[in-house]
Amino acid sequence: MDIPYTVQPRADTGLYNAKLGIWLFLASEVMLFGALFSSYILLRVSAPEGYWPHGWLNIPIGTCNTIVLICSSITTVMAWASCKMNRFGRFKFWHACTILLALTFVCIKSYEYHDKFTHFEFTLKDGTYADGHILEDKADSLVIHGRRVADRKELFDLRAPGVKIVNSEITIPKDQIQKQERYGPWHHTYLAIYFTLTGLHALHVIGGAIVIGFLWGPLSKQWQTDPERFTNRIEVSGLFWHFVDLVWIFLFPVLYLL
Amino acid sequence: MQATTHAIPHAHIGEAHHEEAGFWSKYVFSTDHKVIGLQYGITALSFLFFGFCLMLVMRWQIAHPSQPVPLVGPLLAATFGNMAVNGAVSADLYNSFGAMHGTIMVFMAIVPLAFAAFGNYVVPLQIGAPDMAFPRVNMASYQAYVIGGLIMFVSFFVPGGPAQAGWTSYSPLATSIPTDGQTFWILGMVFLITSSLLGAVNFIATIIQLRAPGMTWMRLPFFVWAQFVTAFLLLLAFPPLEAAAVMQLMDRLAHTSFFLPTGLAVGGTLANISGGGSPLLWQHLFWFLGHPEVYVLILPAMGIVAEIIANNTRKPLWGYKSLVYAVLILGFLSFIVWAHHMYLTGMGTRVATFFQTTTMIISIPSVIILTCMFMSLWGGSIRFNTPMLFVMAFLPMFGIGGLTGLPLGFNYSDLHLHDTYYVIAHFHYIVAPGTIFAMFAGVYYWFPKITGRMMNEFWGKVHFWTSFVFMNAVFQPMFAQGMAGMLRRMADGGANYSQAKVPGAIGGLSASIMGLHTYILWAAVCLGLAQIPFIINLFWSINNGKKAGSDNPWQATTLEWQTPTPPPHGNFAKPPVVVRGPYEYSVPGHATDFTPQNQAGSTAE
Repeated sequence: MDIPYTVQPRADTGLYNAKLGIWLFLASEVMLFGALFSSYILLRVSAPEGYWPHGWLNIPIGTCNTIVLICSSITTVMAWASCKMNRFGRFKFWHACTILLALTFVCIKSYEYHDKFTHFEFTLKDGTYADGHILEDKADSLVIHGRRVADRKELFDLRAPGVKIVNSEITIPKDQIQKQERYGPWHHTYLAIYFTLTGLHALHVIGGAIVIGFLWGPLSKQWQTDPERFTNRIEVSGLFWHFVDLVWIFLFPVLYLL
Repeated sequence: MQATTHAIPHAHIGEAHHEEAGFWSKYVFSTDHKVIGLQYGITALSFLFFGFCLMLVMRWQIAHPSQPVPLVGPLLAATFGNMAVNGAVSADLYNSFGAMHGTIMVFMAIVPLAFAAFGNYVVPLQIGAPDMAFPRVNMASYQAYVIGGLIMFVSFFVPGGPAQAGWTSYSPLATSIPTDGQTFWILGMVFLITSSLLGAVNFIATIIQLRAPGMTWMRLPFFVWAQFVTAFLLLLAFPPLEAAAVMQLMDRLAHTSFFLPTGLAVGGTLANISGGGSPLLWQHLFWFLGHPEVYVLILPAMGIVAEIIANNTRKPLWGYKSLVYAVLILGFLSFIVWAHHMYLTGMGTRVATFFQTTTMIISIPSVIILTCMFMSLWGGSIRFNTPMLFVMAFLPMFGIGGLTGLPLGFNYSDLHLHDTYYVIAHFHYIVAPGTIFAMFAGVYYWFPKITGRMMNEFWGKVHFWTSFVFMNAVFQPMFAQGMAGMLRRMADGGANYSQAKVPGAIGGLSASIMGLHTYILWAAVCLGLAQIPFIINLFWSINNGKKAGSDNPWQATTLEWQTPTPPPHGNFAKPPVVVRGPYEYSVPGHATDFTPQNQAGSTAE
């Protein structure tokens, strides 16, 4: 006996096995990201007044990445539709676009990560704070592009009404620095959940891109032998890809806008 | 003519394929659900034994604090160095063993045994499927389980020893504890969770998609229903723990503060952290898994019990539909009771009231299931073979475990009982004489299908009666100890709080309560010895047991008995067509007292 419904749908469920499998897998993914989003909510509501950051991320870059992912969803649908319409050449084109868009997303995301890891908060010995990117590391002082504030709270809300952030080139003598810390996940719980959520999401993007890359490259030989099954594979991987996009559609407002 | 030319080469290809399959592809990298089920079973039984051995060492330490452990003392000293000087268990080592006993038993022994081993072997057979829906995913699931298990095992040999913060790994303790064992624990858990996830997807897809023609939902054996609900629990409850594990990993490696509050002091000094995290968050995420997990442990056991009851009472299960609806409701409710583990965390009385209410509600479907099973016995001409004996013991033992859970579900009585030996006794009654007895029953019951031979009945009964007596001897006294106020997780077994140590102190543990430790230790040793007949019987019977005589030695109705023994690759000689319900025993006017599900005839529904 062979395993039934590997390609053709079962009459009473209307699904072939892999399609049901991917939906179940996505259900568990919803619970995975759901737990992280719940953690985000809990951490945010329990943060003391004024200590939850606003405006730490660059909205135009985030918007750009959102558009990149939405476009990749469209190309994924087009790739699947091309298979259904028996146009293999078009499939190759559309999924090549998907992979390039995925790579674009990852590149933009790495730029954002890099920006955070090269961003410092300095605690100075006179009780004030400095904040910004290092431009030049001299023997006895640091030149940074950033600003100085008297109260650490001023570093958190960059979007408060009436506040204008002015960054300029300032020099800090090294012997005045009590502590300097990068904007890594250890710096603030907001960054912790930001890096965890977007990192896990980026892993999904990379994983999805690898799978789609394999289907586009070596596995596309199956088009000659079993086109129906190949089309199903494109559909199943496409469902995963849409889910990954959907997670970002939630991540973007939660982390960038709110 | 065309048909024969078509069939013959096909059969040849099949045979050739079987001959070519070497040892590795047949037994190690197999995609056959039956082989994977056996792999799971053997691995899980080994972990069960290992977890039991850890417990024996702990029982010795509790009864004889800081005395060198007999027999294994030199081994402990050689392995753990200054954590086991002269072979005596230190408090750190005791904590490690406690954490690993829980982790191993829950995640590496019972779940793989109850869900993956029995489910893999039996479910596709019972629904009339040739295999699982995704055979290679199935293999990957087993491999992920083995990798996770190995990581856990290796953690015994890292500096500082394995995880020490209990199987619950509460933060901030788990984060600040200075052993890499905790990091190994998290990584191991990620693999075990992945394994469960792959298994769960596979089970659900198999049960929905691969049911044989005529196998409608209400004709599914109850065991399949139980596994179906279990798979959903694993699918949806495990990911939040995975999220929590990732966050704890970040806390340990990237120095984030997900679970570390502002102002946390470790060892008397302020920790160098950003703060702002929440210890309660870990507990919520952990118990969001942890409570459905309890039902993951018990539902497959209930499924096995139902199969064996119907078969040995020669009667249909009483209230099959009630059982099905009860198990579905149980599965749903198990997602909204988790915080009854957290009454004493200060999460607030309103939250506690909500969870107390749902906890009481969830006892209703549990009672329905147990009642249906008791009612099934009524008026039956019961065959008391070994599997049935274990099942008959399961019913009252699970009853004790369940009823003693009620005082823990009410938050006012939980104030007194929380974190005492009472809790240990309660959940061990569910899992040890409950689930594990059902597992034993399942092994004795399905053994003839796997090997074609029966296990020895006499030694099976010896195994049953000795296990039954000593299980109770081990766990019954713990209720008394817990109600007397003895807390769990104390490396000296509460000696510091005994009246012997502080004479006249109010609430000190009396000599008789403390004396139970010695009694429990020897009962546990005897319980271990009682497993020797089982182990010998299991291996000896593979080649020397009495021949089963037919493919269906128990004269059962479900489809797994309507296959050749052992079932070949692809399971059924010809695709089965199901025409009746799962438990048509003793149908009046029928020639035999059982009617297999695929047997056509006038008594079809």
